[in-house]
Amino acid sequence: MEKERAPLLEMVDIDKHFPGVQALNKTRLTLRAGTVHSLMGENGAGKSTLMKCLFGIYSKDAGSIYMEGKPVVFSNPRHALDNGVAMVHQELNQVLRRNVMENVWLGRFPIKNGLVDTNKMYTQTKKIFEDLQMDIDPRAIIGNLSISRRQMIEIAKAVSYNTKVLVLDEPTSSLTENEVEHLFSIIRQLTGRGVGIIYISHKMDEILRISDDVTIMRDGAWIATREANSLTTPEIIRLMVNRDMTHRFPPKNNVPGEVALEVTNLSGKYQPTFHDVSFNVRKGEVLGVSGLVGSRRTELLNTIFGFYAKESGEIVLHGKLVDNSKPDMATRNGFSLLTEERRASGIFPQMNITFNSIIANVQNYGKFLLDSRKMNKDTDWVIEAINVKTPTKRTLIRSLSGGNQQKVIIGRWLLTTPEVLLLDEPTRGIDVGAKYEIYNLILKLAQEGKSIVMVSNEMPELIGICDRILVMSNGRMAGIVERGVHFDNIPGEQETILTLAAKYV
Amino acid sequence: MQNVKKWNQQKTADFLLRYAMYIILLAILVVVSIIRPNFLSIGNFLNILKQASTKGILALGCAGLIVLAGTDLSIGRVMGFSAAVTAALVQSITYKSRYFLGMTQDLPLIVPLLAAIFVAVTFSLINGFGVSKLKMHAFIITLGTQLIAFGANCLFIEAQPSGTAQALSTFNQTFKDMAAGNLLLGTAKIPLVVLYFLGLACIMWVVWNKTRLGKNMFAVGGNEEAARVSGVNVVRTIMLVYLIAGVLYGVAAFLEAARIQSVGANTGMGYETDAISACVIGGVSFTGGIGTIQGVVIGAVILQAINFSLNFIGVNPYYQYIIRGLIIVLAVAIDVRKYIVKK
Repeated sequence: MEKERAPLLEMVDIDKHFPGVQALNKTRLTLRAGTVHSLMGENGAGKSTLMKCLFGIYSKDAGSIYMEGKPVVFSNPRHALDNGVAMVHQELNQVLRRNVMENVWLGRFPIKNGLVDTNKMYTQTKKIFEDLQMDIDPRAIIGNLSISRRQMIEIAKAVSYNTKVLVLDEPTSSLTENEVEHLFSIIRQLTGRGVGIIYISHKMDEILRISDDVTIMRDGAWIATREANSLTTPEIIRLMVNRDMTHRFPPKNNVPGEVALEVTNLSGKYQPTFHDVSFNVRKGEVLGVSGLVGSRRTELLNTIFGFYAKESGEIVLHGKLVDNSKPDMATRNGFSLLTEERRASGIFPQMNITFNSIIANVQNYGKFLLDSRKMNKDTDWVIEAINVKTPTKRTLIRSLSGGNQQKVIIGRWLLTTPEVLLLDEPTRGIDVGAKYEIYNLILKLAQEGKSIVMVSNEMPELIGICDRILVMSNGRMAGIVERGVHFDNIPGEQETILTLAAKYV
Repeated sequence: MQNVKKWNQQKTADFLLRYAMYIILLAILVVVSIIRPNFLSIGNFLNILKQASTKGILALGCAGLIVLAGTDLSIGRVMGFSAAVTAALVQSITYKSRYFLGMTQDLPLIVPLLAAIFVAVTFSLINGFGVSKLKMHAFIITLGTQLIAFGANCLFIEAQPSGTAQALSTFNQTFKDMAAGNLLLGTAKIPLVVLYFLGLACIMWVVWNKTRLGKNMFAVGGNEEAARVSGVNVVRTIMLVYLIAGVLYGVAAFLEAARIQSVGANTGMGYETDAISACVIGGVSFTGGIGTIQGVVIGAVILQAINFSLNFIGVNPYYQYIIRGLIIVLAVAIDVRKYIVKK
């Protein structure tokens, strides 16, 4: 019976050609009603291009799209939305100063007597939220809510269009494990109603848990569509990168030495912030920082670096008290910070690789006029030493993949010869192959004697490459766990960390 | 305990920051009325309102453009041109050197009003087209149209049959009564222009808060990308906001012609400063997506009250410029502080 029905959405032999690149080559995707279909591939494999062709943001060169057996062509995202196809983007597009319900109804405000019907807007929003078991006030200003709540609101908004096909692009990249559970329960409710979900993510564990089908793409081409329960993580990775990657993490070969950085009773000044955090990091050590979203890990790194104001506490490097009250002072003191939001506060998108490489080190290229030979030499070093894949050093950084952008920024900081590297989500939003390279780089830097503090939402990667993990909980330090004692093939290691993370919630 | 105290301090600080501009400006007025107690009179009060009205109407128009994260430098010159066209169409038919010698009877007032609106809307739509379709920054396109409007106005005034470039004056009585007359309320004479201003403010309040256009305007100003992906027609929204601004400029020009009684090439010069200042003082933020009509009305009135009182106590006009400049700088400095997130 089930087999007889036309699939909910079918994309057949989609081609898309950009000058110089075949972005999509006879790509296909078949989504069954009431299922979750994961779309996987490295960055640049063509996942987003395929979705943009679905939503009419790009016009496809060849191929057809069918919804419930009928051919469709959407001319823009709104047109798709009106036909029950919606997408929740990784970067949330919301009008932050307006309230929740206005954001939900934007583009289709209900009208009564020629004026916007606020009451209807309120009751309908309330109802949608209740159906999805979300407890959010429709009148709250959306900019005051957490990222995860804003993401839930986007999903609710998509659902409110009577969506039949919902595309979720990296929906869990800023969610904690608990929030991921809530998201999954919403997803199950939606599939229960017959909604088909296209789920784009890099997180293998989640994909294997939530998906019914998995489609894998590589270099713009369709590689395979399999049932999720017939797949394993190594198998997916093999299909994605076309090389065997049984090892997700490089071998750990760094040897921590004497204590380099000591942080004592550090508290941030402006709310929301953290209180009374003390820890130390040794030379050649990778210290992970784990915790739920909102546990103030980013605030901790930013405060150590002097980007956020400090209320009290001491930072000591090699036995000497350092004053990191402004980022430029921290830089001079041998600290560097890879920020969480690469696009917002990492790259200078309209500038080239050279500019992006030397910008943190610009005081070292001459007092009045800058020495371009030295800058070029340093840029070459960045490109070679950390294996940045770029056509030339004049290429604009925004045209590189996320992983290569991240490498340039790490290179930028290495030019300042830091002793402490503060890395905030260094592998966020980059593909499996590039992640491996970043891990390798982090461990290599540790081997060279740098002290590394790394915040991550992905517990496997912390367990994979850290020597110790500091767990934050609701702005306080819940504890520090050690490799070989609490994690690294220790049974229940994730639970240990999660329990700590929930300690003060 | 300490937390509660800290929180209260925080609340007081927020309150002061939010109303800082009003507090400072009211303080100036208090000082003025202490120096010259006869400052406080109904006559002065009505005068201030009257003077605030045309500029207030301009501010109502340009506030929408600022909510769209734009601005409008062309307001003054566009209004000047529009006022000159009004003036030419309302000159008394007995006046020998009138602009249109062929005009032998008074035109119904709707004609000059529509002509004024037509002129202002034309320029405003050019600005809107530049911003929405050509993706120009509002600052640049309105800088251009400002000059165009000024040149066009000079040509228009110069083309009068008398062969001179004298200011257009001597208007017919119906026009003067309608546009610059008073409503007698007992013994008090309420200037009609004040009522027009308040009426338009009410309409604009509804437009901003109760219509799709208003909501879309805030969305486009607050996050254009979000508006676009939600299916808001961004170009149309921007064009409509500019269209409304043009209509308001036209009405303001019509009323201003009657108020100043004589329209020359320099009419309207610098009005954009007052209109934009009124918006900024009233809390319309240049970051886009933030502002209220109430704020604009209060901003326009307070600004005019300051101008009036500085004149009243006889401050040197050059110092007045400096003071007005400082007020704008201060208003923006405070506005920016409101939206800084401390880290």
